[in-house]
Amino acid sequence: MGKTLSEKILSDKSGTDARAGDIVIARVDLAFVQDTTGPLTIRQFKEIKRGTLASPQQTAVFLDHAIPSPSRQLSNDQQFLRRFAEDTGCQLFEGGSGICHQIVAEKFAGPGDVIVGADSHTVTAGGLGAFATGMGSSDIAVAMALGKTWFRVPESFKISVNGRFQKWVGAKDLVLHLIGVLGADGATYKALEFNGSTVSSMTVPQRLTIANMAVEAGAKVGIFPSDNVTKKFLTAQGRGHKYKALRPDADAEYERSIILNASELEPMIAMPHTVSNVTTVKMIAGTKIDQVFIGTCTNGRLEDLAAAAAILKRKKLDPKVRLIVAPASQDVLSKAMRIGYIQILVKAGAMILPPGCAACLGVHQGVLGDSEACISTANRNFKGRMGNPDASIYLASAATAAASALTGQITDPREVA
Amino acid sequence: MPEAILRGKAFKFGDNISTDHIIPGKYAELRSDLPELAKHVMEDADPEFVNKVKPGDFIVAGKNFGLGSSREHAALVIKMAGVSAILAKSAARIFFRNAINQGLPVLICDTEKIDAGDELEVNLSESLVTDLTKNIKLNFGKIPKVMVDILNEGGLIPYIEKHHDFEL
Repeated sequence: MGKTLSEKILSDKSGTDARAGDIVIARVDLAFVQDTTGPLTIRQFKEIKRGTLASPQQTAVFLDHAIPSPSRQLSNDQQFLRRFAEDTGCQLFEGGSGICHQIVAEKFAGPGDVIVGADSHTVTAGGLGAFATGMGSSDIAVAMALGKTWFRVPESFKISVNGRFQKWVGAKDLVLHLIGVLGADGATYKALEFNGSTVSSMTVPQRLTIANMAVEAGAKVGIFPSDNVTKKFLTAQGRGHKYKALRPDADAEYERSIILNASELEPMIAMPHTVSNVTTVKMIAGTKIDQVFIGTCTNGRLEDLAAAAAILKRKKLDPKVRLIVAPASQDVLSKAMRIGYIQILVKAGAMILPPGCAACLGVHQGVLGDSEACISTANRNFKGRMGNPDASIYLASAATAAASALTGQITDPREVA
Repeated sequence: MPEAILRGKAFKFGDNISTDHIIPGKYAELRSDLPELAKHVMEDADPEFVNKVKPGDFIVAGKNFGLGSSREHAALVIKMAGVSAILAKSAARIFFRNAINQGLPVLICDTEKIDAGDELEVNLSESLVTDLTKNIKLNFGKIPKVMVDILNEGGLIPYIEKHHDFEL
């Protein structure tokens, strides 16, 4: 019997014939932390008496969640992480470099890698064919020390997507629809493995958006086969050597098979307070909003800023709405400035924040007021997520978010573009 | 190792209790001050929980407990509140692993019939929950051996301290 992508990667990294359900010990290509999970991880790492890093080059610390720091306590946490990086020689990405998952995609991840991070959206790197998953602090501390970790090899769901997206419909709409179909726990412990003609013609950033949200259906990984698109992306990043062909075997065994038709999809939106509470934008069009947030590891990439700029070009935001834009990385910001997206967004009335997680997690830079509603391009809309349990969060694509910023209410981008 | 027999009262929660309910992200600045952080445990699901819970009590939840963030603080503050185990219909993957890594058992069973305030007894070695108030018995699912070993050592860090490596 053939193997799924997850079985292939975990076989390779564990030196065993890994099959769904097996427990394996796998070598790790990258273990990382960010500024809100890092301090606990490092303290746990220090509790391991012979605690030296297995490989400083394969260990990274990202300052992205609360930058620039909004408080003395968080500044002290960040100091602690900088000192650890200095002491151990591991890689440090300072505040303003960007969101960990975007930098992992730009600088580290490749097909067949095993990547673990102390952040649930570590799954993002699955867009490049990596077996990438989030873990807690203890697991990451141990992975940093040993250069390996244990996994239960997941059963896989085969998600086949065919057909062409309609204009203003894309990866975010597809993944929201899929989570609506699966439910918030429909893929718990499973691997979501994508294929089909739509997937083959998708850019890497679009694949990253889909992989990023696999965890919102409970999945351990969301993973894509590698192809020419992957190869071109890696080559453009100066990492062409990281490419390797990775495809599932034709006779691999899947627990479930889901077939989606991209051409039938419409702009989709997740309503408060769960990500699986999905409907079409059309169904709730007209709902008043107070804040629009375009950014995050889900949709803060160049293509997202391009979509927002296309909709907001030579236009102004609705005066009752505030628009927050946070590019996912310094590279994204530089390119968006060079092309002129940032200038368009500023002219339309947007606030531009430094590359980082920004308003997504409710610590700073866009905490919602009581009974306010926000449309966000992020991946989570749990009660309290943006710092206030009495606020509502809707999740959608950058195009839908930008269209809504224009009108002050939830708006289908096809209505205004 | 957790005591083989656990006893306490049930605190009931619904489906999809996220890490943001358990310990809201807005308290990021308290994450290096765990006793202070622990005062906010379950705040966005039940603001009174922290004042009512007693050592040994149980969190009894529906489906997908602990979905969301990888922050291990979520499992940690529940343990600090004195909760001896979590009973749920299902648990999110990262939270499940984090709880075990903190030495906090997560027991997957049909929690439908358990009501808030019921007295429960959990026998870890026999995989059995007894609702003493209702006099009903429930079995919970087995967990992989590596997790049982980690739980028996009181968490992952003590496990690695002792064994220096994973043993399958």
